[in-house]
Amino acid sequence: MTRPLLIALLLLTLALILSVAIGSVTIPPVTLARMLLAQIPGLPIQPDWPDSFAAILFQLRLPHVLLIALTGAALSGSGAAYQGLFRNPLADPYLIGVASGAGLGAVLAMTIRWPYELLGMFTVPVAAFAGALLTVGLVYLLAFRGRAAPNTTLILAGVAVGAFASAVTSFLMLRSQGELHRALAWLLGGATMSGWQPVLAAFPYIAIGLGVLLTAGNALDVLQFGEEQAQQLGLPVARTKTILIVAASMATAAAVSFSGVIGFVGLIVPHLVRLLVGPGYRRLIPLSILGGASALLLADVLARTILAPQDLPVGIITALTGAPFFLWVLRRAQSSSSSSS
Amino acid sequence: MLEIQSLTVTYGPRLALQDVSLRVAPGEIVALIGPNGAGKTTLIRAASGVLRPQTGLIRAAGSDIASLSTGQRARRLAVVPQARSLPETFTVWQTVLLGRTPYLGWLGTPGPQDRQRTDWALERTDTQALAQRPIGELSGGEQQRVLLARAIAQDTPILLLDEPTAHLDLHHQVALLDLVHELARASHLTVLMALHDLNLASIYADRVALLVSGQLVATGTPAEVLTPDRLSEAYRLPLHIITHPDFGVPLVLPDGKKKVISDQ
Repeated sequence: MTRPLLIALLLLTLALILSVAIGSVTIPPVTLARMLLAQIPGLPIQPDWPDSFAAILFQLRLPHVLLIALTGAALSGSGAAYQGLFRNPLADPYLIGVASGAGLGAVLAMTIRWPYELLGMFTVPVAAFAGALLTVGLVYLLAFRGRAAPNTTLILAGVAVGAFASAVTSFLMLRSQGELHRALAWLLGGATMSGWQPVLAAFPYIAIGLGVLLTAGNALDVLQFGEEQAQQLGLPVARTKTILIVAASMATAAAVSFSGVIGFVGLIVPHLVRLLVGPGYRRLIPLSILGGASALLLADVLARTILAPQDLPVGIITALTGAPFFLWVLRRAQSSSSSSS
Repeated sequence: MLEIQSLTVTYGPRLALQDVSLRVAPGEIVALIGPNGAGKTTLIRAASGVLRPQTGLIRAAGSDIASLSTGQRARRLAVVPQARSLPETFTVWQTVLLGRTPYLGWLGTPGPQDRQRTDWALERTDTQALAQRPIGELSGGEQQRVLLARAIAQDTPILLLDEPTAHLDLHHQVALLDLVHELARASHLTVLMALHDLNLASIYADRVALLVSGQLVATGTPAEVLTPDRLSEAYRLPLHIITHPDFGVPLVLPDGKKKVISDQ
C-alpha cells in the first residue's frame, strides 16, 4: 500500500509545481519555492523577483491550481465510488448524469437571484448537491436490475437523464441572458471563477465527501460480491449505499459548482489505478483521489498552453482524451463479458 | 445452536416454505435434501437473515436474528454461497479477508488479528498457495474452497452452506465435504447445508431433513429418512436403497430403466 501511495503523492507534487510554474508568465520552480518559503515569517529570504510575480502567484495561480486539484480529486474519487456502487466500471459522474444534474442545480441557484444575493457563492454547491442526488436517484431506479446495473441500461439512463438536465440548464442560461460566453465556458468545464472564494466554498464539501469515501474501501469491496453476500458478511447494505451515494454526490456537486461539467476524469483515473494495483477499493479510493488531482492538473496545463495566450476549458482536453479511452474500455468490457458468458 | 420455529416464507402469492421447524445442535451436521424448488435455498437464505419470513422465528446462538443488527448476525452465522458471479479480479486473499467485515471498525481497516484469522482460514482450506491468484482464474472446486475459507474466517458458531458441491466433480465434492466435516468436528460448529446429492448427504450428515414443496416431511438420521417409499414419493421416481459397504449408511439407487411415476 505504501509504495503506490508514495508514488501518487510524488506525482501530485510534481503536477502541482508544474501547474503553478507554467502559464502566461513562467515562474521558475526555484523562485516559486523561495516565494512560498518567504511566506513563513523569520526565514531570511530576500525578494529578488518582480512584484507582478506575487500577484500572479497568490491571487491567480495558486487558487486556480488548488481548485483544479480539488475538482480532479472529487471527480475521480467519486467516480471510483460510483463504479463500486453500480458494480460497473463505466460509471462516471459525467456518464451517469450526476454531473449534469449538479450543473442544473448550480445554474438554478445562480439564475434565481434571491438566494444567491442573500448567501452568495455558498448556495451554489448546496443546490448542485440537491441536483446531483436527484439525478443519481433517478438513474439508479432506471438502471438497476437486481444484482447489478448492466452497462447499456446504466449508460442509456445516465445519458438520457443527463441530456434532460443539460437541456434545462441551457434553457435557463439563455433565458437569463447574462454573460453567455462565461456561462458556456463554465459548462464546458473551465474553472472560470477566480480568486480564493470558490476554493474555500468547495473545500468543505469535497473534504467531507472524499473523507467518507476513504473509510468505505472495505464496504465497496464487500459490495462487489452482490448485495446478498454483502449482507451475510455483515454489511448493512441499504444504509451503506445511501451514505456512499450522498458522499460521492456531495463531492461531485461541489466540483461541478465551481469548475463546470468535466467529463471522463472519474472514468479514466480509477481505471488506470485498477490496472496498476488491482481491484481492491481500499487502495483504489485513495489512489484515485490523488491520481485524479494530478491528472486534471496536467490536463489543465495543456489547456492553458496549447492555444496560449488563450485558455481552453479543461473539459475539452478531458473529453478529447477521455472519449476514445471510454470506447476502448467499453469494447474490452463487452469482449470479456461475451467470452465469459 | 440454530433453531428454526414454524417458519413460513412467501414469494408474492407463492408459498415457498410452510411451517418449517428444525433445530441443529452445536457440532451437528444437518443436510437439507429435497427435489428442485422444494425450498432448500429459501430456507438457507431465511436462516441467514436476508429474507424476511412471513411468520416464524429463527434463533441463532440464543437470539432471534430479526432483533440483531446485520453485523451482529454476521458474527453468529456465516454462509457459503454457490460460487457464481464472483468479482473475477479479486485475489483469494482479498476475498477471504472480507470474512472479517463484521469485526472491522468504522474505518474498515483490518488489523493483525484479522490477517491472522485469514491466514488460518487459508491454511485450513488448503488454499494458501492460491492466495495471490484472482478468483476468476480458479476452478469451481477451488472457488468453493475459497468461499468456505471466507466463511470460517468469519469465525461464527453457525455455518450455512447452499449446495456447496453443485458443479463439482466427484473428487472435489468429497474433498469439500470432508473439509466441512472436519471443521465442524474440530470447532464444534453448527452446520446446516442444502445438498442435492442424497448419497453424500447420507454419508456426511448426522441428520437429514427432507423438504418437499416447502414442507418438511421428515427429519432424522439418514437411515430413518432415506426410505424407498418416502423418497419415491418425494422425487416421483421408483428407487432402491442399499447399504454402504463400509459405513452402513443408506445409499440411493434410482431405478432409471423403469418409467417415471406419473403425476396422477
